[in-house]
Amino acid sequence: MGRTGEKIILDGKGVERVLTRLTHEILEKNRGASDIVLVGVALGGVPLSGVIRQNIKNIEGIEVPVGVVDITLYRDDLGKVGHQARLKRTEIPFSVDDKRVVLVDDVLYTGRTIRAAMDALIDLGRPKNIQLAVLVDRGHRELPIRADYVGRNIPTAQSEEVEVCLDEKTETWRVVLREGAPDKGE
Amino acid sequence: MDWKRKHILGLSDFLPDEIEFVMDTSRSMEEVLSRDIKKVPTLRGKMVVNLFFEPSTRTRTSFEIAGKRLSADVVNFSSSGSSQSKGETLLDTARNIEAMKPCILVMRHNASGAARFLSRHLSCSIINAGDGLNEHPSQALLDLYTILKVKGKVAGLKVAIIGDILHSRVARSNIHCLGKMGANLWLCGPATLLPREMARTGATLTNDIREAVKNADVVMTLRVQSERQKATFFPSIREYFRMYGLSNNIFSLAKDDAILMHPGPINRGVEVTNDLADCGRSVILNQVESGVAVRMALLYLMAGGAHVAD
Repeated sequence: MGRTGEKIILDGKGVERVLTRLTHEILEKNRGASDIVLVGVALGGVPLSGVIRQNIKNIEGIEVPVGVVDITLYRDDLGKVGHQARLKRTEIPFSVDDKRVVLVDDVLYTGRTIRAAMDALIDLGRPKNIQLAVLVDRGHRELPIRADYVGRNIPTAQSEEVEVCLDEKTETWRVVLREGAPDKGE
Repeated sequence: MDWKRKHILGLSDFLPDEIEFVMDTSRSMEEVLSRDIKKVPTLRGKMVVNLFFEPSTRTRTSFEIAGKRLSADVVNFSSSGSSQSKGETLLDTARNIEAMKPCILVMRHNASGAARFLSRHLSCSIINAGDGLNEHPSQALLDLYTILKVKGKVAGLKVAIIGDILHSRVARSNIHCLGKMGANLWLCGPATLLPREMARTGATLTNDIREAVKNADVVMTLRVQSERQKATFFPSIREYFRMYGLSNNIFSLAKDDAILMHPGPINRGVEVTNDLADCGRSVILNQVESGVAVRMALLYLMAGGAHVAD
């Protein structure tokens, strides 16, 4: 337990197990890893997509391409969020045409980030399909969007905050639910 | 760091962090420009007005392309054929344009301080695209971006700026910008075009082009601004070229990997020889290319933020 009102939902081992299951689900649904590309949503989805890639390599012996999509330029709240957001970088150094693109994000919340990520992907080419893998689905959708692969469904209040953190030194994960933090969106 | 500026009038009061922020944002914009579809929906429904009271090809086109790549509606307004020629004042013209609800006004004017003047009277964001002898911030930022891209850093590099320093807003913005980022600045020109006060910026002044170019990492020549020179500042164009024109001979004094820059438009055979302007170490066209990414960054940063609400 950390600060008061903080609850650990998944520890390092737990996150690893969940990601292993998600990897198997992805491979099962797509009958292998051919034509699959992983795209992490900056910033939270990026390290997760790296883990899934490694898992696929361990299971199938195939190295699937991994990219990063930054959705800032596709946001629908430009100019409404106090200050201008710092841009990250979209890095998808391969064609997404006719690929099965698995979008990877840490927390699925309103769905607005995923809407923006899909628009960004479609500007880059014409994928065969787009699938969504998330570590945590916390509900409160504002758009008709659903994930294909869900690590954990966590019922939350909108006033609560879900944080997925990666300790870079020990390479251990943690998923934390906090109370009362101001709602900052996904 | 949070971006809080509503206007970009000049770089004299910019912090190094803010300059870094613009560079970082520009790199993301460059990625957009490398795609097959070089367009993002970021500024959809927002209007950018280019209000140019002086001739411009590069800057106006560059801002126009930058706006269009971000899906803004871009409207160009130039003074020839406008109500200005019928006697309308600058403020009246600007207020009329503001009544049409632009989000950002990009402006160039031959009076120093024109952009600041309008920023006090209008509620939209203003980007100064050159005001008289004062500043041309987007040019200096794209120059910095180009240097960083080729050299990887700017701190500690010897940068020689050569020519008509007195009349050059490009030089003034670059002195602020490159100076804040730690460049070792040398300013060189004939005594009549090299104001002594410039020494206060920390730059080294010299009338000897050989001394300025020697061991330089970056050599930037400036256009001779004949249209601003209301008196005779040097005896003849031919003599100017002999003393301050950049030739292979002079450029060979710089470091082996030195780059040559020019804000354009070039007077070939006056500031720089023909073959040198086109040589492999000339990054003049890279500067133009960087311009679009940097101006996209500026438009993006101006179009959002807390100031929009007020």
